[in-house]
Amino acid sequence: MKIFATYNIKGGVGKTTAAVNLAWLSAADGHHTLLWDLDPQGAASFLFRIKPRVKGGGKALIRGTKTLDGAIKGTDFDGLDLLPADFTYRNMDLLLGGTDTKPTRKIAQLLRPLAGEYDHVFLDCPPSISLVSENVMHAADVLLVPLIPTTLSVRTLDQLTGFVAGFNGQRPQVRAFFSMVDRRKKLHQEIIHDLQAERAEVAATSIPSLSMIERMSVERAPVTAFAPRSVAARAYRALWSEIRPAPAAS
Amino acid sequence: MITPGLREFLLEAPATDVDADALTPVLAALAQAFTVTAERAGSGTHRRTWLDTFDWRLYRAGLVLEVEQARRGGRLLLSKADGTPQAEQAVTTWPRRPVLDLPAGPVRDRIIVLIWPRALLPIVTAVSTATVTRLLNADGKTVARLVANHATVTAATVAGGDATAAGTTAELPPRLAIAEVRGYPGQARKAASLLADLPGVAQASQSEFTASLTALGRHPADYSSSVEAEITATMPASVAVARLLLRLLDTIENNVDGVLRDIDTEFLHDLRVAVRRTRSAIKLLGAVLPAELAEHYKNEFKWLGDVTTPTRDLDVHLLGFGPMTGELAASPADLEPLRAYLVRRRAREFRRLATALRGPRFRAIIQDWRKALLEIRDASGPRKRRPTAASLAVSTTGLVFRRIAAQGAAITPESPSESLHDLRKRAKELRYLLEFFAPLHDPVAYRKVVGDLKQLQDCLGAFQDSQVQREEIHALADAMLAERAAPAATLLAMGEIAAKLALSQAEARADFARRFARLAGPGGQQHIRILLDGPGQ
Repeated sequence: MKIFATYNIKGGVGKTTAAVNLAWLSAADGHHTLLWDLDPQGAASFLFRIKPRVKGGGKALIRGTKTLDGAIKGTDFDGLDLLPADFTYRNMDLLLGGTDTKPTRKIAQLLRPLAGEYDHVFLDCPPSISLVSENVMHAADVLLVPLIPTTLSVRTLDQLTGFVAGFNGQRPQVRAFFSMVDRRKKLHQEIIHDLQAERAEVAATSIPSLSMIERMSVERAPVTAFAPRSVAARAYRALWSEIRPAPAAS
Repeated sequence: MITPGLREFLLEAPATDVDADALTPVLAALAQAFTVTAERAGSGTHRRTWLDTFDWRLYRAGLVLEVEQARRGGRLLLSKADGTPQAEQAVTTWPRRPVLDLPAGPVRDRIIVLIWPRALLPIVTAVSTATVTRLLNADGKTVARLVANHATVTAATVAGGDATAAGTTAELPPRLAIAEVRGYPGQARKAASLLADLPGVAQASQSEFTASLTALGRHPADYSSSVEAEITATMPASVAVARLLLRLLDTIENNVDGVLRDIDTEFLHDLRVAVRRTRSAIKLLGAVLPAELAEHYKNEFKWLGDVTTPTRDLDVHLLGFGPMTGELAASPADLEPLRAYLVRRRAREFRRLATALRGPRFRAIIQDWRKALLEIRDASGPRKRRPTAASLAVSTTGLVFRRIAAQGAAITPESPSESLHDLRKRAKELRYLLEFFAPLHDPVAYRKVVGDLKQLQDCLGAFQDSQVQREEIHALADAMLAERAAPAATLLAMGEIAAKLALSQAEARADFARRFARLAGPGGQQHIRILLDGPGQ
């Protein structure tokens, strides 16, 4: 089971849309895929028309009185399941802090029993630096970081890679990609060009800022599903082919 | 896709197709609670073949195996009878012929112990067209699916018990199922209950596999090598014996095709067991048949038994090859010349066997024996003073038991091997008699006696088989030397096999007295007394 997490300290950078579309593409490739909507706003749950509610709330999941397995919902798409958001996730830091001796490893531990069932798990992480995001970083094999093309984005990426480098034991691979790119802006083009040239962890694919992506909230479905030939869907497909694990040698 | 445990339904519509009209009332009923919408790319044709061994080992173990064929490759799906998935594995295209060894994978791991050494045979193929409709909740979320399936089923070419059924096709009535979406079990139940209330929709009482068999005029587990003759305590003994022998003749006939196609070794094994049972029945119960008939067929079935022996002996060697080489210090490569030699010899012997089974003598046995037995079975006439099945069962079973008790009691550690071999034959006769008359016995008493007897038979079997195989290993070594097909390493490895066989023979001999005492001692005597008090009461 490979765990991908979309993360950025800032909100509104295209995290959820990336998680939703990449998870859909993973399932379309034939991988059993789970998306965990960890953001109490529940945007990913909304996009799949699933109520952002978990029986017993985040507390029951973190304390283990309810299993993740029992809270999972099937989406409308073959091979793609969702663990919905819940408004109580807003207190997840407190819940994680109040658990056991390894509060930063709790999410990784909760996911372990699902390894037999899923090939890929996507974690859609709320913005901010918190115990939740630290948990996500410890659980993830690949940290997917959407970057807005601004000068500050370089600083964000540096901060994050520095933070991850300080981990003991397993560290996630950091893969950044530019998101909400406006091709007409010269500054965007320059920043993308420079950072892609300088930093190996930055993907060659950028996700443009497109109204078709915004339409996802109207259609309540991944753009890759409702407009598979659109520019937006093609961009997510290109990104997925960059980051998806190479098929195992037979 | 179909939710295990959820009910399936049959649509009482013209069986020709599940068109939109046939589904209209169903969709209207579901629209009371859901928004219904056709699944994009939801309908399609797919082809499935159900597989089992000739003797239905999977079915009897509560399992269903199907291969789902797609344009590129396919999947083997193993489930419980109620549809709960157990294992699946990808396969390249499934051949139309039986498969002796499955490719490695989770399905093979799960069933190999159960089916070995039998081949998997295609039983029924279904080509079905599915129409999928999504059931949405108020948020437009799919919470269940309606799958309407219309299948045409075809009996496989190797159809098992009834070869005449091969290639027969039948249409199944349209089948509706509610497929659950994970996390929405209540919605699926609600949809199922809406269907259940609908006129023209009946709950499906059979699984699709069973329904397919029924439509083709078959039923699952329609082959068994056990005797299971329809006899009663009060019927004339001659009629009961004819029924028994007819049932054994059916088993012989049912296995001939599989033997000739050389599908797996167990066809010949079952055929031989039926021949042995027939010979024992003629010997022990033949007094109730016309004397000439019994005498003639005693010889004919001896001939039939004898022509099948060389192939079966070589089958036994080859079947034991894998497990045996694993226990030896010698490398498997050393034994390869022996295996190759056995394979060559088996091919030769098999040709002889096939010629005999296709020949006039065998055909005459099958036809004339059946005719004679049917005449006896259906004979009407004065039934008074003729012995009944119950009295025959009691007298012969008691006699053979007493013979065993006396013969076994005379065996000492110094007795020659032949005395144990001879006792084994008597024990086998007793076992057959018990099986023949099983319907007349009290099941509890029957199980106790058979349990005691089986213990003794296992021991005597191990003793004799070890000796026979050891002698055969010696004979094979001679033959291979004569053909210059025996490298020194192979001969040494064969020596190791012979030594192992001698050891297991000695172990069996040491265990004999204890096992015999269980059958013929006071406890065993008590069991047989209770058994023989039963029939005809």
